[in-house]
Amino acid sequence: MFELIGVPPQVLFGQLLLGLINGAFYALLSLGLAVIFGMLNVINFAHGAQYMLGAFGAWLLLKYTGIPYWGALVIVPLVIGAFGIVLERLFLSRLYHLDHLYGLLLTFGLAIIFEGVARYVFGASGVSYENPIPGGVNLGFMFLPYYRAWVIVFSLAVCLATWFMIERTKLGSYLRAAVERPDLVQAMGINVPLMITLTYGFGVALAALAGVLAAPVYSVTPKIGAEIIIVVFAVVVIGGMGSIMGSVVTGFGLGLVEGLTKVFYPEASNIVIFVIMAIVLVLRPAGLFGTAK
Amino acid sequence: MRSRETMIGLVLLGLLLVAPLVIYPVFLMKVLCFALFACAFNLLIGYVGLLSFGHAMFFGFAAYVAGHTIKVWGWPTEVGILAAALIAAAMGLVVGLIAIRRQGIYFAMVTLALSQMVYFFCIQAKFTGGEDGIQAIPRRPVFGFIDISKDLTLYYFVLAIFLVGFLLIYRTIHSPFGQVLKAIRENEPRAISLGYRVDQYKLLAFVLSAGLAGLAGATKAIVFQLASLTDVQWQMSGEVVLMTLVGGMGTVLGPVVGAGIIVAMQNYLKGLGEWVLVIQGIIFVLTVLVFRRGVVGEIWALLSRSKPGQRPGA
Repeated sequence: MFELIGVPPQVLFGQLLLGLINGAFYALLSLGLAVIFGMLNVINFAHGAQYMLGAFGAWLLLKYTGIPYWGALVIVPLVIGAFGIVLERLFLSRLYHLDHLYGLLLTFGLAIIFEGVARYVFGASGVSYENPIPGGVNLGFMFLPYYRAWVIVFSLAVCLATWFMIERTKLGSYLRAAVERPDLVQAMGINVPLMITLTYGFGVALAALAGVLAAPVYSVTPKIGAEIIIVVFAVVVIGGMGSIMGSVVTGFGLGLVEGLTKVFYPEASNIVIFVIMAIVLVLRPAGLFGTAK
Repeated sequence: MRSRETMIGLVLLGLLLVAPLVIYPVFLMKVLCFALFACAFNLLIGYVGLLSFGHAMFFGFAAYVAGHTIKVWGWPTEVGILAAALIAAAMGLVVGLIAIRRQGIYFAMVTLALSQMVYFFCIQAKFTGGEDGIQAIPRRPVFGFIDISKDLTLYYFVLAIFLVGFLLIYRTIHSPFGQVLKAIRENEPRAISLGYRVDQYKLLAFVLSAGLAGLAGATKAIVFQLASLTDVQWQMSGEVVLMTLVGGMGTVLGPVVGAGIIVAMQNYLKGLGEWVLVIQGIIFVLTVLVFRRGVVGEIWALLSRSKPGQRPGA
């Protein structure tokens, strides 16, 4: 058994894999945040709560209708995305003419409502979701569970598809144009309010999808949303919200850094992302991939 | 209308002096601690336009500092509280230097993330007592002769601390320094173009706000003889935002009224468990949607409608 810098490779690669998994969720969530922020100028504080609802949604489907994981992967994002659309129409759309801070405050209120309801319905200790693809493969230097490999591959694919849709398709070009000059795009006969609504629904659906993906990996409790959203905020500050690829790269990268910290200095693993955020703010206030402001 | 303001102030002071004869003093002290906390927070959001979503880090960490210095090191009560407030102000200096590099929404996210860092530090640090917190913090006589072991006498000590903090904020808002802060809130580029070093003003306001939030947290630790993780958690940061929002952002008395409403609500709804969180969320949403000026802000608006030419929240 060889060792790397005093650490057995099984431990090192195991933690790196966990880091990549965490990174996959950071990437998916910060991507959704960035898409919503670009279009609505709202930081969706409820993003974590919607991720949490996605995880519970998968569990509910399995328990009460018997619909398995693969069905949940499609149904849950659609349902929660539709719920997001209702929220946007009912509440968020009334705040666009105000300071952006009100959007943050409103979605914070929504987040604690969702968390409170989830605690009432599911209890604080939460539930666990069965792994849909058990087993794994021994790669020699480490053991790779199939499900974890699936999480990484699938989330990468979703991130790339989102990037492609926004940067390379006709719909995406409308979207990018509407981010720059909504008034002008509206004048071209494109229904900008509808695009805003659908964008929010899409961002929320991404969060719910991340939640379904996460359900078999972590224990599903009402507080996972708040815990992850605070880290994702730090990820977003580090990466800057200007570019989609930027959020994806930052998300995975920071997940890896967190994994490495767990190997070499576990006491700091909870705070390493916040420390990096502080350093980035001092050296490059706009974020790694951000442009000024 | 300076004389009317003084009148209102004197009437409220009179009410606060006789209140513990009618209302349970511990409840009143809790309100006063949160009122001071909310006033400190309001100095930033209401007068500089900075939304700090991490103010629990100053409040909660100062509670730990006061608890540790007074219980373990045996410091006198007043010295422990003062030390806690100073440490909170020093934290405010560091956090402020990092956070004011971004504006608006980013500022909120950065302060939230940094406070989560302080929270994780408090979980792991030895002196905070982890999940147990610091319990049974002694109530030693203030200045060696004012016995605060009785709730009623402690109430007047807490009231004195609150008044010092409140008047300091009141003076700050109405000083030339406060005018510059409002100018930054209204139009930051213009304030810069007028030659104000905006970042220094923001930083000073942040340090002041952090120190006063620390003062409130340390006082709360004395009242409840407890410093725990609850006080550094992000929920606490959310609560102070809610209090200020409900009372009225950018009004002098709003945070005090808001703290009273929310603490009273928490007291009466204690038995409802998880629903308290849901109700707080609903209040948040409703306030943001239909009631943005808050209780005091709405009252001011009504008064100034009947007497034109007055600025709300002046």
